[in-house]
Amino acid sequence: MLEIEIDGKKLTAPQGSTVMEAAHSIGTYIPHFCYHKKLSIAANCRMCLVEVEKAPKPLPACATPVTDGMKVHTHSSMAKTAQAGVMEFLLINHPLDCPICDQGGECQLQDIAVGYGKGESRYQEEKRSVPGKDMGPLVSAEEMSRCIHCTRCVRFTEEIGGFQEIGMANRGEFSEILPFLGKTVTSEISGNVIDLCPVGALTSKPFRYSTRSWELSRRKSVAPHDGLGANLIVQVKQNTVMRVLPLENEAINECWLSDRDRFSYEGLNSERRLKNPKIKFDGKWHDTDWETALNYVVKGLNGVSADHGKDAVGFLVGARSTTEELYLAQKLARAFGVANIDYRLGRSDFSADALRQGGEWLGLPVAELSALDALLVVGSTLRSEQPLIAARLRQAARKRLKLSVVHVADDELLMNVYGKLVAAPQNLAAALAQVLKALVEIKGGDTAIDLASVEVSAEAGQIAQSLADGEKGAVVLGALAQQLPNYASVYAVAQEIARVSGGRFGVLSDAANSAGAEAVGALPKDGGANAAEMFATPRKAYFLMNTEPEFDAYDAAGAVAALKQAQTVIALTMFDSEGLADYADVLLPIAPFSETAGSFVNMEGRLQSFNGVVKPLGETRPAWKVLRVLGNLLQLDGFGFNSAEDVRAELLAAGSIESRLNNALSEARADVSTKAATVRVGEVPMFAVDAICRNAPSLQATEHAAAPVALMSADLYASLGEPADVLVAQGGAEVRMGARVDAGLAAGCVRVAAASQDTLALGGRFDAIEIKRG
Amino acid sequence: MAIFKSGVIFEGVDTQAANAWRLAAYEARGGYAALKKILQGAMPQDEVIAEVKNSGLRGRGGAGFPTGLKWSFMPRAFQGDKYVVCNTDEGEPGTFKDRDILRFNPHALIEGMIIGGYAMGCRAGYNYIHGEIFEAYEQFEEALDEARAAGYLGSNILGSGFNFELYAAHGYGAYICGEETALLESLEGKKGQPRFKPPFPASFGLYGKPTTINNTESFASVPFIIRDGAQKFLEAGKPNNGGTKLFSVSGHVNRPGNYEIPLGTPFSELLEMAGGMRDGKKLKAVIPGGSSAPVLPGDVMMGLTMDYDSISKAGSMLGSGAVIVMNEDVCMVRALERLAYFYHEESCGQCTPCREGTGWLYKVIHRIANGQGRPGDLELLDSVGNNMAGRTICALADAAVFPVRSFTKHFRNEFEYLIEHGKPLVNHKWC
Repeated sequence: MLEIEIDGKKLTAPQGSTVMEAAHSIGTYIPHFCYHKKLSIAANCRMCLVEVEKAPKPLPACATPVTDGMKVHTHSSMAKTAQAGVMEFLLINHPLDCPICDQGGECQLQDIAVGYGKGESRYQEEKRSVPGKDMGPLVSAEEMSRCIHCTRCVRFTEEIGGFQEIGMANRGEFSEILPFLGKTVTSEISGNVIDLCPVGALTSKPFRYSTRSWELSRRKSVAPHDGLGANLIVQVKQNTVMRVLPLENEAINECWLSDRDRFSYEGLNSERRLKNPKIKFDGKWHDTDWETALNYVVKGLNGVSADHGKDAVGFLVGARSTTEELYLAQKLARAFGVANIDYRLGRSDFSADALRQGGEWLGLPVAELSALDALLVVGSTLRSEQPLIAARLRQAARKRLKLSVVHVADDELLMNVYGKLVAAPQNLAAALAQVLKALVEIKGGDTAIDLASVEVSAEAGQIAQSLADGEKGAVVLGALAQQLPNYASVYAVAQEIARVSGGRFGVLSDAANSAGAEAVGALPKDGGANAAEMFATPRKAYFLMNTEPEFDAYDAAGAVAALKQAQTVIALTMFDSEGLADYADVLLPIAPFSETAGSFVNMEGRLQSFNGVVKPLGETRPAWKVLRVLGNLLQLDGFGFNSAEDVRAELLAAGSIESRLNNALSEARADVSTKAATVRVGEVPMFAVDAICRNAPSLQATEHAAAPVALMSADLYASLGEPADVLVAQGGAEVRMGARVDAGLAAGCVRVAAASQDTLALGGRFDAIEIKRG
Repeated sequence: MAIFKSGVIFEGVDTQAANAWRLAAYEARGGYAALKKILQGAMPQDEVIAEVKNSGLRGRGGAGFPTGLKWSFMPRAFQGDKYVVCNTDEGEPGTFKDRDILRFNPHALIEGMIIGGYAMGCRAGYNYIHGEIFEAYEQFEEALDEARAAGYLGSNILGSGFNFELYAAHGYGAYICGEETALLESLEGKKGQPRFKPPFPASFGLYGKPTTINNTESFASVPFIIRDGAQKFLEAGKPNNGGTKLFSVSGHVNRPGNYEIPLGTPFSELLEMAGGMRDGKKLKAVIPGGSSAPVLPGDVMMGLTMDYDSISKAGSMLGSGAVIVMNEDVCMVRALERLAYFYHEESCGQCTPCREGTGWLYKVIHRIANGQGRPGDLELLDSVGNNMAGRTICALADAAVFPVRSFTKHFRNEFEYLIEHGKPLVNHKWC
């Protein structure tokens, strides 16, 4: 530790730290623009110039390393003159259009100008004007004259995003921040440049000109999409969510947000929100009141179970519901005598259910991912599934982490990848088995899985070696892996790899509350049917909560067919969707996360509670209240809750979340044979993971939400003669779509996105598919 | 323009002969003898560095830092790649000496860089060449091919076991790439912008490896120092200012061109060598070391000798040795306007004071030059300059401010007259 003095205050600072960091550690503020703790040091804005004794010139605090005995003055005449000089330069070409600028009121330039600027300008020359840029539907770069060239956005895209999508072209006063010519910004975490921009040059396009920042109140919440559970500040005006910003939490989202978490709020204000209960009779929908609707539901449930038995009823719940809602849904089902409940609509292989010891989770804290020496990510379209986990791993892979992937495609991760194996979905377990076999040879361990037929490739050997060498290692399974028809085999082999290498094992929980759904048991036990069985053997009544099965189910066509034949489909939903309107007969409007108290359990098993940030829209009710009333109307015991907190207290009384999560299987068995087939890779697009995203216009305007095309492996594409469009067929349904080659995709595969209006007629996401020239 | 006077680099070079730059001609002049002396006589690395130190060679790029001392900063114990880089990004207005080294004596540079590579334990070197002298770049590539074919570059040079490869790279015409860390960025394929220092290139240079960057003329002087000895080099100049130095003389003289003369030669003699003032006009002012050096009045210059110490004492810099001579017909406001435009155009835009300040300076001077000056403009220029100088990552802001300060100091009456009367005191005549 070095002893230094800042403005007469003595302190110690570690070797290698900067004057800026030392000043922050004692609460001394040094004005700055380009400096950001998560980005590399640019030292270009020069706002943080301070006087250091014995230095002839003022030095930038952000870039000056502390030395023993250093004496720093942040307010001396030299420092103040330098800071005032820089402030003047920053303002001479700035348009000073604060009254019409979205950044007004939360602008670093404005704030610092108050402290360090003058009342009037000495600059009498013509000001620079910079043409606006098109950065796509999320980030507005219309007023680039406001830019002060701090290059935070440039450094963010390069260092955190992994690809310099924004650059500074030209020289001197003619420098301009811009994306590649003719391109927009498409990073999955692009919105962070809005927060980073210290002025109003880069602003939020959806939020633009909608309100002034000081009219907003700030409420804490938790992101409702992926399993990370990013912490949010939801900004609200007149009972409407206006904007979403990150709430810094170093252990989870650091200071970032994915675009999905940031811009999905538009869905909350969508015209398609369901505002009151509806019942369908005579083939037409009619608005109704809650009492009528709930009585209808009770009658339907009682009627079907009286006529066909309880097994004729199926409960399907979305894993982006709150823990309390999921708990009550399973409690309601089981109290009513229905064993068929599942949250896992997107999955197809449930064969390991009987071997499970507890709920699936990451197996380690998210923050510990940054400290790993070796990590194997299996079956994850990582940047789309878990944008911020990808960003975190990108940082780690720059340092010590050896990150390897086993996946269906050699996707560009924009980070250092140590080893990779690419295999078709049905052969993923076999590819993993190579790593296991190599590992067993290195470590001299042994495994119950039969690896006799497995031949180890050099790449698999290298991955195994990195896992064997790493002091801290882990194997994690992505959402794609979780949906595979041979998930149980992939899971078992991956777990064996972790066991033999002495590392951790877990899953990258797909949805905001997948881990919560696991913990509260929103999945079948005691002989109940799972999601696939509920569709394969159609039920007479379906109870849907916060799910649109045509988008969320593994086999969209199969799910819709099952729902259509039912006597009654009860849907608790936020949106009045076309699908529900077709197959449901009663719609009950429920509150999204922003309109109810509740909690999500993220992938690391952390329960994060939140309150509603606005009042429920129209006649909407929180789902926990709807379930409570239904419990009472069905004359079931134990539904006397007064608040979401009551529900949470009950579910936690039965055992902590932690105690219910356990990735172990009672035995390791896997089929590691390989098969040749033409197989669909049906991923859910980044902005189609749930109804809120699907109803957020700006997200839907991005290229990530473009109409799907068939992305074919090189062999398939060549064998069809490189067609411009193709017919893809599954289960008797044919869809015509554009075709392109995806050179990184495993042989024999075609990417045909799921959860898209255009592919609803198709079947299983990772099942066999036919492709022919149209 | 041509070479009109020869010292350590151009001794014996017949600039009129078409093949003077070729390897055969260079060897006939005693070229590569120094390299042979080192490699075949097995002169240790330390001795080479000591010899360069003793020669009193000071960096010819402008800063005048002792070359031998710079070489000794390279970490000796460092395992892994180290680089030696030559800065031929000669972009300073008035400077054209390095171009002529490439044109007429490229092998002196190549030999100097090989010696530097040997002394500092580098296996590779780069010469970064100004983008506007493309012919010189192409010819340099040819010279490199000759050196490779003759076994002066590559593996096991002259059977010594020493390996060294040298590459040429050309810029695209950005003045800032003459700043050594911007040069490194550009060489790495990035936008040429100076890096914040520390770390200095000697510890974190090209591709993050220890790197020494020297000017073309510095490297080209090294073969002489090794072959003929440090003492002889030192004697060619004056104490603390060893050797001869190339001066690029431009402006209102009868014979503009490069003059390689002993450091310490009186300016009056240099002016005479250059054929004196054109059309018998009176000498008004001289910029003695390239456009960023402060201008000095003609009568002051006539009393100075051309060396680092003498010019520095008079308040300017020897810089790269670009001597810009101006006669009595020059309007100093117009002259400064042109210089200010250059820095406005060439600022990289990274640091706020330089990005914004160079434009502000130019706009105010432009206004004054066009009769739109206002009272207080000179004080404003001074104040803006004070807020720029010493506040940025590199010295470009300082370079932009020096001319403004010196022109408004030595020729203040011309500025004041223009501001007051809206027309110039001296009717500027373009030559």
